[in-house]
Amino acid sequence: MREVFYRQAINEAMCEEMERDERVFLMGEDVGFFGGAMRVSRDMYAKFGPKRVMDTPLAETAIVGAALGAALTGLRPIAEIMFVDFTAVCFDQIVNQVAKVRYMLGGQVTVPLVIRTQGAAGKSYAAQHSQSFEMLFAHFPGLKVVMPSTPYDAKGLLKSAIREDNPIIFIEHGALYNSKGLIPDEEYLLPIGKADVKREGTDVTITAHGRCALQAIEAADRLQAEDGLSVEVVDLRTISPMDEETIFRSVRKTGRLVCFEEGHRNIGVGAEVAARVVENCFDYLDAPIVRVAAMDVPIPCARELEAAMLPNVDKLVAAVRSLFGEHQMIQSGAAAASGRYVR
Amino acid sequence: MSTATRRKTATELDREEAFQFLRQMMLIREFEERALKLFTDAELVGMCHVSVGQEAVAVGVCSQLRKDDYVASTHRGHGHCIAKGADIGRMFAELLGREQGYCRGRGGSMHMADVSLGFIGCNGIVGAGIPIAAGAGLSIKYRGTDQVAVAFFGDGATNIGAFHEGLNFAAAFCLPVVFVCENNMYALSTKTSCVSGAKCVADKGAAYCMESVVVDGMDVYAVRDAARRLIDRARSGGGPSLLECNTYRYYGHSKSDTRPYRTREEEAEWRRRDCIDNLAARLVKAGLATQEQIEALHAEVLRHVEDSLNWARSCEPTKPEEVGRYVFAE
Repeated sequence: MREVFYRQAINEAMCEEMERDERVFLMGEDVGFFGGAMRVSRDMYAKFGPKRVMDTPLAETAIVGAALGAALTGLRPIAEIMFVDFTAVCFDQIVNQVAKVRYMLGGQVTVPLVIRTQGAAGKSYAAQHSQSFEMLFAHFPGLKVVMPSTPYDAKGLLKSAIREDNPIIFIEHGALYNSKGLIPDEEYLLPIGKADVKREGTDVTITAHGRCALQAIEAADRLQAEDGLSVEVVDLRTISPMDEETIFRSVRKTGRLVCFEEGHRNIGVGAEVAARVVENCFDYLDAPIVRVAAMDVPIPCARELEAAMLPNVDKLVAAVRSLFGEHQMIQSGAAAASGRYVR
Repeated sequence: MSTATRRKTATELDREEAFQFLRQMMLIREFEERALKLFTDAELVGMCHVSVGQEAVAVGVCSQLRKDDYVASTHRGHGHCIAKGADIGRMFAELLGREQGYCRGRGGSMHMADVSLGFIGCNGIVGAGIPIAAGAGLSIKYRGTDQVAVAFFGDGATNIGAFHEGLNFAAAFCLPVVFVCENNMYALSTKTSCVSGAKCVADKGAAYCMESVVVDGMDVYAVRDAARRLIDRARSGGGPSLLECNTYRYYGHSKSDTRPYRTREEEAEWRRRDCIDNLAARLVKAGLATQEQIEALHAEVLRHVEDSLNWARSCEPTKPEEVGRYVFAE
């Protein structure tokens, strides 16, 4: 094992797959000589040249449209869209073309295309550079939506995405590029469509994705230390197709669910998780499901305003505690040590 | 084609080629006329945009393409599909929602495709096929083959962003793409000249420094000659170009359009320039065919259309239990 940055893990995944398969190439704004706006493709231009690390015009419809045309005619493109917000500029190509072309053509084609993009709230980037769009893409049949939270997940999932014959929206978290984590020295792949239990627990389940999965672990550690609660954290990793089984298994064990996400609460990922759990695990639920998400206002620039509308670890901790009313808590040392609350 | 083979000009008709053009244009017209009748007879439901009147563009351009060249088309794409070599039986089967239809009933009129012929799809979104064709051009250049990609689109598409992004992309990277505009003057009811700052579509191609040619889209030879030159150029590394073909759709935008925005006189004027009638007359005048031979060809086309339709009717219906197939590759 060795420690790498999240950014580096993604870079390694692309380099390894490009070495393995010459049909794989990267295209996007500033990805070449400059190494990408987030420096994810650093040094790839020198290594692979302008044909395979291709600077495109600032034109998202052309980027995704051309990537699709290339994918339909024998190549396996990775198209980078600088901010996930900018996918709104080429929404037609993604949801009307990329997502549906295989189905509309009755299976005549496959679409081996990865659209890599990134987003992060909490950086004072304001309303058009901070959003979460995963729930939009997850809505459309034909797209798979992947969001890694660690360098290990990012590398293994991106390698699988590049090898997949279906279009993948791969959303990196912009605040995690400088985070570090261990990855194996040898090659590995991670399955798309599988959630990952990042922390095991028995009292309550938190589902989360992207950076929120890491914040959920932080909240879980605090709840363990301060309240004696045993919290399970399910990192969704793939938003669509959603790994229901892992979520259901966890909720059937804990009986409580908190859905945590950086995107807006309205029609969010948490709403989908909650609906599926209610449909399938109703009898196992011991408490109402709680969603912790961004307020339904555009993301403001000023730090204080942005912090007020975004979810965070404190808000998550408070939400989990709300499921265990004060009167239900036994504050004795023995109960806290056992990690159990008694109803 | 080798340079040693002397190419015949429009005034010097090659009988075999002329009959092929005539037959293809008749086939497109009669396929679409028959499709329209299926709607009026209530045998078909859904959306259908026909290109009756515009056949010379599809036939003239596709006659210069190889089987392995790519074509991306539009919502009005039956003609391009037939001209690229598609089987009208399977096209009827697709319209009728049969398992043997090109898209197994998932696409219908607006998503007709035969990928084995390089025909990578009609498209329900105006202009969307243009950047996709540019991407096919990128793929050709990347793989180092001598294929060519063609994007068909209407005049309405030239005001949308995807057109400009696609042309710029192809021009920036010198991609082997020929952008073919079927300028039938109307985007549904709106006269394109009233909502565009450019005098003609070709001017927009010039903005991206690509050769842009305007031809009479009612004359299959004018289309053929321009297409041949531009396709040859793209094939030999000369980069993209724009071919604007002035043409006319005899019917409305779609079935529900009764054409209140144009005069019957204007329509009659364009019908006098009909690509099929005029080619037939030229053949007779040149002594290359008799009126009886033209009529026999037309009768053969009509029989082929009816036989193909009857075959399609005999195909098995789609299977509702398989509605979830082809969302993802397994």
